[in-house]
Amino acid sequence: MSTTTAPLGAAAPAAPKVETPFRRFVSEFASSRLALFGLVVITLIALVAIFAPWIAPQNPYDLAQLDIMDGRMEPGTVGGAGFTYWLGTDDQGRDMLSGIMYGLRISLSVGAGSAIIACLVGASLGMIAAYAGGRTDSLIMRLVDLQLSFPAILAALMILAFLGKGILNVVIALVIVEWAYYARTVRGSALVERRREYIEAAQCLALPTRRIIFRHLLPNCLPPLIVVATMQVARAIALEATLSFLGLGVPITEPSLGLLIANGYEYMLSGKYWISFYPGIALLITIVSINLVGDQLRDVLNPRLKK
Amino acid sequence: MSEALTEARPAAPPDAATPIIELRGVSKRFSRQLDFAAKLAKRLGVPVREDVVHAVDGVDLSIRKGEVVGLVGESGCGKSTLGRMVAGIMPPTAGSILWRGKDLRSLTGAEAREAKLRTQMIFQDPYASLNPRLKVTEIVGEAPLVHGLVRRSDLGPYVEEQLRRAGLDPSLRRRYPHQFSGGQRQRIGIARALAVKPDFLVCDEAVAALDVSIQAQILNLFMTLRRELDLTYLFISHDLGVVEHLSDRVVIMYLGRVVEEAPAEEVFKHPNHPYTKALLAEVPRIEARKRAFAGIQGEIPSPLNPPSGCHFHPRCPFAMERCRTERPALREIAPGHRSACHLNDGA
Amino acid sequence: MSAPTLEVRDLRTHFFTRAGVVKAVDGVSFTVERGKVLGLVGESGSGKSVTGFSIIGLVDPPGRIVGGQILFKGKDLATLSEREMRDLRGNRIAMIFQDPMMTLNPVLRIDTQMIETVLAHAKVSREEARQRARDALGQVGIPSPEERLKAYPHQFSGGMRQRVAIAIALLHKPDLIIADEPTTALDVTIQGQILAEAQKLCSNFGTSLIWITHDLSVVAGLADDIAVMYAGKVVEEGPVGQVLDAPLHPYTVGLIGSVPSRNHRGQPLRQIPGMTPSLLNLPSGCAFRSRCPRAEPNCAEPPPMAEYRTAQSARCIHPHLEEAVAA
Repeated sequence: MSTTTAPLGAAAPAAPKVETPFRRFVSEFASSRLALFGLVVITLIALVAIFAPWIAPQNPYDLAQLDIMDGRMEPGTVGGAGFTYWLGTDDQGRDMLSGIMYGLRISLSVGAGSAIIACLVGASLGMIAAYAGGRTDSLIMRLVDLQLSFPAILAALMILAFLGKGILNVVIALVIVEWAYYARTVRGSALVERRREYIEAAQCLALPTRRIIFRHLLPNCLPPLIVVATMQVARAIALEATLSFLGLGVPITEPSLGLLIANGYEYMLSGKYWISFYPGIALLITIVSINLVGDQLRDVLNPRLKK
Repeated sequence: MSEALTEARPAAPPDAATPIIELRGVSKRFSRQLDFAAKLAKRLGVPVREDVVHAVDGVDLSIRKGEVVGLVGESGCGKSTLGRMVAGIMPPTAGSILWRGKDLRSLTGAEAREAKLRTQMIFQDPYASLNPRLKVTEIVGEAPLVHGLVRRSDLGPYVEEQLRRAGLDPSLRRRYPHQFSGGQRQRIGIARALAVKPDFLVCDEAVAALDVSIQAQILNLFMTLRRELDLTYLFISHDLGVVEHLSDRVVIMYLGRVVEEAPAEEVFKHPNHPYTKALLAEVPRIEARKRAFAGIQGEIPSPLNPPSGCHFHPRCPFAMERCRTERPALREIAPGHRSACHLNDGA
Repeated sequence: MSAPTLEVRDLRTHFFTRAGVVKAVDGVSFTVERGKVLGLVGESGSGKSVTGFSIIGLVDPPGRIVGGQILFKGKDLATLSEREMRDLRGNRIAMIFQDPMMTLNPVLRIDTQMIETVLAHAKVSREEARQRARDALGQVGIPSPEERLKAYPHQFSGGMRQRVAIAIALLHKPDLIIADEPTTALDVTIQGQILAEAQKLCSNFGTSLIWITHDLSVVAGLADDIAVMYAGKVVEEGPVGQVLDAPLHPYTVGLIGSVPSRNHRGQPLRQIPGMTPSLLNLPSGCAFRSRCPRAEPNCAEPPPMAEYRTAQSARCIHPHLEEAVAA
């Protein structure tokens, strides 16, 4: 039923390498090939997004490079400028492949950016709630409940209706929608961890409270936070795509994948599927690979919590 | 029972002057905090039941320098809570705790910190008592560094010395807790406590989670440290055999109250309180073969709803009418031997 | 003499992990007669729990039984199919775990669970099954069993839950009960009650009992025979009085010596130096070699189990043959 642990003798010879928690984590993560695949894919996507201006065949937003005569061309056709439109063009003559690369930049930066900010805000509030307890805890948790009782899209729409369009506003809206998950997660694990004996030991050693929170409590609350953060990035990307699809997200000048999909929507039934389809595939691959990584993270980080 | 032929008295005789720790009427109550709705209801006059657990209920205890006091009891008796109050990590709800004659609550600043550092705790769970993300050297060296007991340049050798004293190979100090066995982790915990130069150790079931052969090693370590560093101990355990072996004096608790207190030999040879007698009768002993177990009838009551009067009366074979209504006081029945039982009155 | 209820011969259960093969149980043999109690004693890593799980067929992958025979009333359990094992499990062989919540389903009422267990192996009416459940609860000393049947596990205290788990084990009056540290987590006074129940079982119904524990004192009071395990092998076995009064194997001697009551008050406890070796790479020969005060070069050869006294055997080439090691 259980495998025995391998205890090390007090006089045992020195082990070949110090097995840090990080190394152990890496080897456990790598045991799932699917997750490794997901990690490779998302890394590639991120690299493409970062280096898009250098590797994209065309800058789709430089109007001088566009030729409207090249509009709505099928994937594989060679355009007027002399290079192949591997994924076809949209109605303005923009190369879809380049458009997707640039779109990934916006999608990923908005998604990851909002997730990180929401994480900082939410995690801080969650830690404060857990450590302070009492009324502070109740107040913060009621705000979380309030936030979570709204469907994310509805809340985002309402906020955007109030703030107006624009990338920054989209990020703000996403942060407001997302922070509650982090707060709840961190509070949960902080409440458990602060009862653990190593925290009591730190108190017994008269260590300053701030040190206990940041050096002892927080690092041990990270595992579930990392999992939530990973999943939230995927969620934020999907949410932003939805908002942009509905026309309430990013402006046309900086289209994300969602907006690209929206642009091509009217052509779906007339056979020019590629204008929506390929951005859709790109979005799908991005989100699925993030989820694969997140799933494995959750599995790897979970059993250790029990120890 | 062990034959105490030649007891090797290790430390100097306990100092009869100011006790190192003294508890006067200490109580600890845990109540589930009423939420907003319940508070409102209560204010409107609705009878709302507040669940209160009297984990510790009016305990008086003195521990003199150099003594080993064994604190024994079963679940719900409050011994762990008491240990935490003595160690200073949980404030009492009522009563006062005096450290070298001074009330802990009245201490401030450097003196408060000194009181806290001089009393250290060894915890039960070797897997939960060490921060899994820190290396051993950080675990042991953090507090001395933060409190200025050692300079950063001297930290390495200082940590090594603490580890050596706790019976660990100092070359392992760059490893992480998960790479060690249970017994070794307890040693790390001991090194961590010793690093701040305490003179009083509270051991909360410190060997309960260990294998018997490792237990013996750790218990021997405690005894060696007592001699070498002139330490005082509050040894909390449910294992009567261990307590009998180590302690000078034994205190027995039941549901938050002290029921008996006496020198170790006295308690085991002449137990007075019915609970102590039943406890001793039920402990399996390796010398007793194929015995008939009987068990005290009844369950240990829930601390949420303890019996009135003497907590033990529902299970006591000698219970009288008085036991149901009146709480017995802890009274001296022989020199150094106190017991809380109405049977001792007038008989 | 009727055949023994259980005869284990050279049982081997190995775990095939990524780090290597863990030989959790490596050649264990013992016999349990009808109505007798065997105390299976060892520390963590000794393989005692895995032995219990192997007998009842509950070893999960990556572990499996790789060799040996488990003769339950003459039938080899290791060769049975899962279906046949299921017929026996809970019926003729039952197990009690350290945590009663491994037996009890927290979301079902006690009567539901017990009736389900009865009906799994006996074709009786629900009313009859309920009656049996009530009787079983009464047998283990639970007051007002009729009311208690309607309760959920969380409404019982730890000791009561363990008693319910024992009652469930009793429902079909099994021939063999394997108890894996059932009282380790319980208070001393509750442990006394559970031990009393266990003793009644054996004397009233002729049930054989394997009591797996690390606590020598419990075994002293409860068992007829004792088998001491170390690193996957039985290192000493015999009648409990004989083994505890005159242990042969140095590990047994060390174990008994570590118990505080066997030492002078105030004196250092006798301790066994070092730690249990990792089961991933055991030293060749005797696994206790590195910690044994009597080790010699010959110990590099695996020592056989030899009967040095009547009914008492030890896996050692130089056991403590002098009478009764001084307390």
